Amino acid sequence: MKYVDEFRDRETAQALAALIKTEVRPVRTYRLMEFCGGHTHAIFRFGIIDLMPDNLQFVHGPGCPVCVLPAGRIEAAIKLAEENDVILCSYADLMRVPTGKRDSLHKAKARGADIRMIYSPTDALNIARNNPDKQVVFFAIGFETTTPPTAAVLKTASAMQLTNFSVYCNHVQTPPAMAHILSAGDAKIDGILGPSHVSTIIGSHAYADCCKQYQMPLVIAGFEPLDVIQSTLMLVRQINEGRSDVENQYTRLVTASGNTKAQALMDEVFELRPLFEWRGLGQLPDSALRIKLEYGDFDAEKRFDMQEIRSADIKGCICPAVLSGISNPDACVLFGTACTPEEPKGACMVSSEGACAAYYAYGRHR
Amino acid sequence: MCLAVPTRVESLDSAASTAVVELDGIRKEVSTQLLDEIAIGDYVLVHVGFALERIDPEEAEKTLALFSELRAQETEA
Repeated sequence: MKYVDEFRDRETAQALAALIKTEVRPVRTYRLMEFCGGHTHAIFRFGIIDLMPDNLQFVHGPGCPVCVLPAGRIEAAIKLAEENDVILCSYADLMRVPTGKRDSLHKAKARGADIRMIYSPTDALNIARNNPDKQVVFFAIGFETTTPPTAAVLKTASAMQLTNFSVYCNHVQTPPAMAHILSAGDAKIDGILGPSHVSTIIGSHAYADCCKQYQMPLVIAGFEPLDVIQSTLMLVRQINEGRSDVENQYTRLVTASGNTKAQALMDEVFELRPLFEWRGLGQLPDSALRIKLEYGDFDAEKRFDMQEIRSADIKGCICPAVLSGISNPDACVLFGTACTPEEPKGACMVSSEGACAAYYAYGRHR
Repeated sequence: MCLAVPTRVESLDSAASTAVVELDGIRKEVSTQLLDEIAIGDYVLVHVGFALERIDPEEAEKTLALFSELRAQETEA
């Protein structure tokens, strides 16, 4: 596969890793946060972690939209699906996430609610077109990578005057979460492996203020193993040289300004919510999106008068500490015993890109 | 969630803002609403049925060339 295979070459990986081992200073540690779950998985799946020197640690970040979505938002969606005659469309990742009551979209579907897994927001739009007598709600989640497609279907639905389609918007933004982690300081990190495809949309400029304020080195890194290892080397060099710059390793897909067409589309349809709750990070101001008034007819929260629900996490689950970079998954008493990918108790074990799922799939015996 | 795959554009329907892309023999129709300039033969990054961005072939080559340079540095070291 072009643009995949050449970024997975074993010998190059070993050579780059050997350079990292040569260049790290033995007198200090290097705690690097990979913001995205995609990076966490690359680090374990390709064995990158085994190539690193002992004094270099990867700290796992909150870049997993399924993981940071508070369970109350899922409970609200279940309530919507069960109490109204709607078809609820969701990405597959969300289906098995447990709520505080140990319920899930999957269980609600088993009880008879019309909940359908979709691959693309376009699928939800087509379901609405094919079922004119039913209300169809798209449960939209995701960071800036996934937001423009939602904006695109909202705009299409508006142009088509599709009256039976609406969106339950849960889109969140990367820079505010990063700023929160850096201002809290609990994760004690020395550098950040910056988001790949989020940056494709928002551009490398988006991190400039945050990195300057906290003097934090950041390297935007692709998801392939050589991308991750080269970016790690770039971070080690920044740290050794006392620099805190925003650097871009993923130049084949990330520019300084990002995809401006996608940004314009998001701006047209969405606006910032004053406050939004993140699992693990709490209530963060200006960190999530809601649908603008001009597109208010397509806002499921308004159409169905959806109320905020507070839902506690399952007792013993340390997802919040994992998502903040404070604890590793194997510090959790539930990990690998009460909580497994087959019987998940926390979102980080459910999502294919959650840190707990990565530890379980690739690293639990370490 | 943010995972996306590099695919090759096989055909374009500019009126519908869609393209047929190919990856390892698998073909799929995707939306090109998020991109302005796109041509047959381009490689684009696909996520949830949308082409997010065109892959810059020159920048990809530069990164690969840098890998070669770094490998040379490692051999010297």
